[in-house]
Amino acid sequence: MRLLTHNMLINPRKGMESAYPLKLFPTKVTKEEVKFNPAFVVNLIPKIDYKALLYAASCVGMKNLPAQLPQKIDATEHGDLLKTLHHALLEVHVEEGKLVCPKSDREFTIKQGIPNMRLNEDEV
Amino acid sequence: PVKMSRRPEHLNPPDIVFDYSIQNLILFYDEMEAKKYAYSTRMMEIQSKMSERAMELLNLPDHPCHILDIGCGSGLSGEVLTENEHVWVGLDISKAMLGVAIEREVMGDLIYADAGDGLMFRPGSFDACISISVIQWLCQADKSHHVPKKRLKAFFTSLYRCLTKGARAVMQFYPEHAQQVTMITNAAQAAGFSGGLVVDYPNSTKAKKYFLCLVAGEPNTRVQIPKGMQEEGKEVGGGGDTVKSRQWIQKKKESARLAGKKTKHNSKYTGRSRGPKF
Repeated sequence: MRLLTHNMLINPRKGMESAYPLKLFPTKVTKEEVKFNPAFVVNLIPKIDYKALLYAASCVGMKNLPAQLPQKIDATEHGDLLKTLHHALLEVHVEEGKLVCPKSDREFTIKQGIPNMRLNEDEV
Repeated sequence: PVKMSRRPEHLNPPDIVFDYSIQNLILFYDEMEAKKYAYSTRMMEIQSKMSERAMELLNLPDHPCHILDIGCGSGLSGEVLTENEHVWVGLDISKAMLGVAIEREVMGDLIYADAGDGLMFRPGSFDACISISVIQWLCQADKSHHVPKKRLKAFFTSLYRCLTKGARAVMQFYPEHAQQVTMITNAAQAAGFSGGLVVDYPNSTKAKKYFLCLVAGEPNTRVQIPKGMQEEGKEVGGGGDTVKSRQWIQKKKESARLAGKKTKHNSKYTGRSRGPKF
């Protein structure tokens, strides 16, 4: 699971949409190289909850993200920043671990990089 | 004799059916059954072709997008997305299929989930959504607590929420009957989607393909829905002759004759309207 996906994930249970971000407890983190595309990262930025990304990055031990993003991001001017974001969002994978809903404490396990988001019968 | 259904969703719930298909694959590797091999590569070819067609219907911008793949399976549709440099997240209900996707080292992120429970993403997470041969499963009640209408509603409302404004969703599916099509399109409409159904090769029973093309947001602007593909030599749109016209009747008769059925011969009275009755 990429940190980008973690940034999008919520508890699928009804009424739990506001419980965000899901707590992240990684036990195994890997890195996989992905082709850098600055335009894609620029387009992603408005979709991302930066606070949640900072949280997830701290969970996997990444400390080189700035505390705040500049207001306007330009592909040529902020090349280094975009590269760091690209690495954090797309190249860091949580292979094993779990996600925990901050409101209900419901756990979602991550195995082989795949989070199990299936609900039980009584949760639907 | 009892006729076995050819529709996989009638046999078992999706998580189990696909496990079976993988067992078959393993069987094949043991027995080297050529016939099955041809069948599965043919299946793969069909899946890839449909994914490519879905991509075409999505009409994505030139730059890479963040795309959701509902029912990604072993990642065949995802590969088409990767080829076009898009970043994708795939959802599937079958652990076995996801296992195959890992083995094939697909580039997308995978999630084990049931789309009928509703999607688990923040609003505006994706630029587009693709789904190949999946949503007819949502019309099926595999477990006692499954209510198809409820599952369709949960799916479409949560999908609408997690797409950006104006994003498209293209879903190829195999409807069992006309009612299922209405059920699915109604659920999509109720969730706020505009758009419609694209039917490729409507005159062919085998090549006929249904694509539900949806647009999230902007319900006021009229969205142009692309036309379905036709066999070569046939006109696009309309799908042939008007029903009950002379030509239509003659065509029907011709195909009945080919099937060896008893048919009245053609005369100058064929397909002529009758005069007023007293």
